[in-house]
Amino acid sequence: MSLIAEVIRKHEAELTSDWIKEMASSTRRSDLLKETELKSQTTQFVRALGAATESGSTEDIAGTNFSAVREILTETSRSRAAMGFTPSETATFVFSFKRPFVSRLQKEAKDPQSLWSETWKFNELLDKLGLYTMEVFQKSREELISRQQQDMLELSTPVVRLWEGVLALPLIGTLDSARTQVVMESLLKKIVETNSQVAIIDITGVPTVDTLVAQHLIKTVTAARLMGADCIISGIRPQIAQTIVHLGVNLSDITTKSSMADAFLVALQRGGYSFVKKTELA
Amino acid sequence: MAVLKTELVPVDSEAHVVAVRQTVRAWAQELGFSLVDQTKIVTAASELARNTIKHGGGGKLTLEILNEGIRRGLRLIFEDTGPGIPDLSLAMKDGYTSGGGLGLGLGGSKRLVNDFHIESQVGLGTKVTIVRWK
Amino acid sequence: MDRIPILRMGEFLLVTIQVDMHDRLALTLQDDLTSRISETSARGVLIDISSLETVDSFIGRMLGNIASMSRVMDAETVVVGMQPEVAITLVELGLSLPGVRTALNVERGMDLLRNSRRHGMEGRR
Repeated sequence: MSLIAEVIRKHEAELTSDWIKEMASSTRRSDLLKETELKSQTTQFVRALGAATESGSTEDIAGTNFSAVREILTETSRSRAAMGFTPSETATFVFSFKRPFVSRLQKEAKDPQSLWSETWKFNELLDKLGLYTMEVFQKSREELISRQQQDMLELSTPVVRLWEGVLALPLIGTLDSARTQVVMESLLKKIVETNSQVAIIDITGVPTVDTLVAQHLIKTVTAARLMGADCIISGIRPQIAQTIVHLGVNLSDITTKSSMADAFLVALQRGGYSFVKKTELA
Repeated sequence: MAVLKTELVPVDSEAHVVAVRQTVRAWAQELGFSLVDQTKIVTAASELARNTIKHGGGGKLTLEILNEGIRRGLRLIFEDTGPGIPDLSLAMKDGYTSGGGLGLGLGGSKRLVNDFHIESQVGLGTKVTIVRWK
Repeated sequence: MDRIPILRMGEFLLVTIQVDMHDRLALTLQDDLTSRISETSARGVLIDISSLETVDSFIGRMLGNIASMSRVMDAETVVVGMQPEVAITLVELGLSLPGVRTALNVERGMDLLRNSRRHGMEGRR
């Protein structure tokens, strides 16, 4: 067993309590993190670190022997990101373990040479683990932001029920591939929920349409058809019409109307409605 | 990249195709995939399982849950020791748009997943690996 | 062997697929339907797939085959209740099932069949 692992095994409990004491009150954030949770996170980390360093190799923290350590750090980092810790506070969780460990190591080392080499090994290892913690933290935050963006997207493109059996989806702003997919999926779900036979997709408010977006639109129309509903695309401005033809996209199977009003009329007529204008009495 | 869980399933008869669909669905649900993503990978698995039986003479499927840093994925590996595919680029071009072809459904399956990898040697067999990330 | 039941509703036949079918069951259904259409001189077939969570290319082609064969026997086929996730996946696979008429649910499907008998409509496809 390596010296590092030996020290951890022998002094697990003291190392953990020394470590907790070492955490400066500024990074301890007792306002965010309860004593019991901190105790559990530190104990698990120390134990896993002991198991991981048994073989003696500390070079590759991406290897399988470090997977338990990585999982604990991932969990710790994720929960702190959600709680509102800063990235530095989270990384300091790891770095603050250095001093308590090295002071123990000093007492256990057989000679100055091995003390120096083991200290250095440990230092490098903890640096790597601290950086890993920061990376996980960043990714967590990015994921959270993108989830919030997704929610906002869904809210910002509501599907409107124009009439019984007629839905309208007014698209506004630039469409990217991801957003289009989300929006289209929610349209199809709404079709089932409201039992609507016609869905008007209005793109008046869309400045440009590229091949991917055009393909998504066509896929949505095809999917709606398979489900038993028809789509009408309205609001195709001259520029977009040109782009679509230029891209070689085939819209011949799909009903298109220049305005949502025209599309609505078609939808109602398909539903069997006809309109009679009442004449005014003299 | 770590493999968190793995299972081997035989793919030899048509009864296995249904079992493959159900197993993949269960794993996809466990990983927390959205309903659309679940359906996509289950359908891709169904296509590939059928290929393994009809064109590969039977084989096996290995299911794996992958853990790469923060993201998790479902990896499916279909292997057979059948005749192999002589022209891979042609096989990938096969689609159903012509409306009646027997196509291998490889192009379609590729569109349903995030990562798609195929190896094939005439006389030795075929191995198709697909991954859907959460 | 288990079979998918085919119900008769007047001049139409109704099939509700609720199980994840293996290939042989699907082919049996195809055969059973064509026999029943002939026996009963049915004018329409309604296939309810609202319970199906997965429809792959084999099942997709089966639906197309049923539609073609029924048409030859002067019966219209309507597939109803396809779930959004299934529709999205089929489209991604490249299958748009031309020649197969669709409706949101059984009720609408029946209306479609009745109207097509009355007006001899070529249908929306």
